[in-house]
Amino acid sequence: MTVPSTLGPPATAPPRRRSAALGAGLLAALAVLLAVATLSVVYGARSVPLGTVVEALTSPGASPDHTVVRELRVPRTLLGLGVGAALGLSGALMQSLTRNPLADPGLLGVNQGAALGVTVAMFALGLTNPALYVWFAFAGAALAAAAVYALGSAGRSGASPVRLALAGVALGMACTAACQALLRMDPQVFDRMRFWLTGSLSAQTSGVLAALAPFLVAGLALGLSLARPLNALALGDEAGRALGAAVGRTRALTAVAITLLCGSATALAGPLWFVGLAVPQAVRALVGPDQRWVLPYSALLAPVLLLGADVAGRLVARPGEVQVGIMCAVLGAPVFMVLARRRRLAAL
Amino acid sequence: MSLSPIALRVGPWSLRLAPRGLLVCLGLLATGFAVSVLALSTGEVAVPVPDVVAAIFGRGSPMAELIVAELRAPRLVTGLAVGAAFGLSGAIFQSLTRNPLGSPDFIGFTAGASTGGILAVVLGGTAWQIAGGSLLGCVLSAALVYGVAHRRGVSGYRLVLVGVGAHALLLAVDSYLLTSANLHDAANAGAWLTGSLSGRGWDHAVPVALALAVLAPLCAGLSRPLRMMETGDDAAGAVGIRVERVRAAAVAAGVLLCGVATAAAGPVMFVALAAPQLARRLTRAGGVALTASALTGAVLLTAADLLAQRLIAPAQLPVGVVTAALGGVYLALLLGREHR
Repeated sequence: MTVPSTLGPPATAPPRRRSAALGAGLLAALAVLLAVATLSVVYGARSVPLGTVVEALTSPGASPDHTVVRELRVPRTLLGLGVGAALGLSGALMQSLTRNPLADPGLLGVNQGAALGVTVAMFALGLTNPALYVWFAFAGAALAAAAVYALGSAGRSGASPVRLALAGVALGMACTAACQALLRMDPQVFDRMRFWLTGSLSAQTSGVLAALAPFLVAGLALGLSLARPLNALALGDEAGRALGAAVGRTRALTAVAITLLCGSATALAGPLWFVGLAVPQAVRALVGPDQRWVLPYSALLAPVLLLGADVAGRLVARPGEVQVGIMCAVLGAPVFMVLARRRRLAAL
Repeated sequence: MSLSPIALRVGPWSLRLAPRGLLVCLGLLATGFAVSVLALSTGEVAVPVPDVVAAIFGRGSPMAELIVAELRAPRLVTGLAVGAAFGLSGAIFQSLTRNPLGSPDFIGFTAGASTGGILAVVLGGTAWQIAGGSLLGCVLSAALVYGVAHRRGVSGYRLVLVGVGAHALLLAVDSYLLTSANLHDAANAGAWLTGSLSGRGWDHAVPVALALAVLAPLCAGLSRPLRMMETGDDAAGAVGIRVERVRAAAVAAGVLLCGVATAAAGPVMFVALAAPQLARRLTRAGGVALTASALTGAVLLTAADLLAQRLIAPAQLPVGVVTAALGGVYLALLLGREHR
C-alpha cells in the first residue's frame, strides 16, 4: 500500500522532519475529532442549525432546540469523546504491555469482568446509580485483568501472546456466562441491563458523566505519561531495565491506567469491543511502533470512530437510531479487514 | 504421569502409539457413555436403565418409548454429534492457523452461520430453510474471510485478524436484524441464537450425524498431514505432503462441519474453541489432537446440556451459557495448573 507522504515513515527520513509530519498529523486528527463532535451536536432525530447550537451554549433559553442541545446532545457527545478515548488508549496500552497485537479490553476479558461487577451490583445490592456501581466495575475489571495476567503468564515460557489471549477469552466467556445466568434469574435486572449490555451512548445523563469524569481523566493522563517507559519495555525486560525503565512499576502503573479506563468506559457505555482492538492496530500501521505517537493518536482517533458511528447510527434510521456498537463494527470492520490484509499488523 | 509413546514395528510397517492419548480417549468415551445414560434415564420422569435399554430396542412400554426414543434420544444424539462436529472443526482450524484463536467461533464462520440462520428466521423460513441458511452463511463467510486473507498463501495471524474483523461485522448485522425485526421474529431468532438443544427431534439429529459420519473419516485421513503442516509448510512439503491439497480438503471439511453443527443447534459458544485446547492439555500431545478434540467436544456439550436442564429446573438455561461457564472455568484451571 502506498501511504500518503505526510504520514509515511520512510526509514531514511530525517527524524526531525518525521516528527514534524507526525505532529501535524496529530493536529489534523484533533481537527477531525472536533468536526465529528460538532456533527454529533448538530445532527440527530431533530437537526439543529449551527447558529442555534452556539446560541444554546452561550445564552441558553427555554426553546426546545436549546433544551435538546444542552440536555441531550452535548452530554452524549462528551460521553462519546470520553469513552472513545478511554477505549482507544486502553487498547493501545494493553497491546503494548502484553506485546500482543490481539490484546483488547474485550478480548482479554477486562470489559466482561467489569460487566460482571456491574451485574452483581445490580442483582445483589439493587444499585442503579452508575456513580455507585462504577466501583464494582473497577473491581471487576481489576480482578479480571489480574487473573488473566496471572493465568496467561504462568508457566516456563512467561507471558506468551497466545496463552494470554486464551486465558482472556476463557475468563471473559466465564464472566459473560455468569452475567447471563444472573440476568435470567431476575427479569427486572434483565430489563435494566438489556440496553447497557449491547453498548450504547444514549442511556446516561450528564450527572453520571460528571461523576465518572475524574476517573477517566486520571486514566488518560496516567496512560499518556507511560509512553517512554513502555517504549523501553518493548525491547524486552532486560534491555528495558538497562535503559533505565522501572519494569515492575511501569507494568503496575499501566495496569492501573487500563483498569481506570476500562472500568469507567464500561460503566458508562456497556462492554463495547472492537474499538480498542482496531484503532491502535490502524494507528500502528500509520505511525509505526513508537508509543509516544501511538498512544495520543489512539486516544484521538478512537473517539472519531465512536462518535462518527454514533452520528451515522442516528442518521441512517431516523427518527430511531442504530446502536453505536453495531455502527462501529459496520464502519470499522471492513477497514480493519483490508488493513489486516495489506499490512503486517502482527508486528509490534 | 510419564507415559512415553511406544512404536510398534512389524516388518516394514510401524505404528506410533501414545498410551496417554489412548487412555484419554477411552476415558472420554466412558464419560460420554455415563453422561448419555444419565441423560436418557433421568429427568422429570425417571426411567430405570433396563427400561431405557428395552425402549431403545423397541420392547419397552409405550410411555418409556415415547420419552426415551422420541424425546431424549434425539436430543442426546444431536448433542453428541454437534459437540463432536464443533470440536473437530475447531481442531482443524486451530491446527491450520497454529493459533487457538483461529477457531471458527472467533474468525467469523459461526457468526456467518448465525447471520444466515437469523435471516431465514426473520424471513419466516421453515426449519429446513433455517438450516440451509446457516450452512450457506457459514460457507459464504468462510469464502469471504479466506478471500480477503489470501495473499500469496494464508498466514495464521492474518487469517485470525481478518476473521475477527468479519466476526465483528457479522455480529453487528445479527444485532441489527434482531433490533429491526418484529417482536415475535426477534424472540424466535434470539432463542435460536443462544444455541440450544431443547426440542431437537430426529430430523435435527440425522443430518448432523450423517455429515459427521461422512466427514470424520476424511478428517482422520487428514490428521497426520495436518500435524506435519504444523511444523511449517516447507517442512511438510519436504516430507512429501501436498500442502495446498491437504489445506483445501481440511478447510472444506471444517467449514461443512461447523455449518452443519450450527444448523442443528444454533451457534453454541465456545465448544470449537475450548474442546481442542482441553483435549490437547489432557493428552499432552504436541499438536492438535483430532480424535480427542471430537470426543471432548461431544462430552462437553452433552454434559453442559444435562446441567442446563437440571441446574435451575424446571427453568432451563441455554446450553451455550453452560458450555461457556464449564469450558471457561476448566480451561482457566488447566492454564493455572501449568504454573510450574
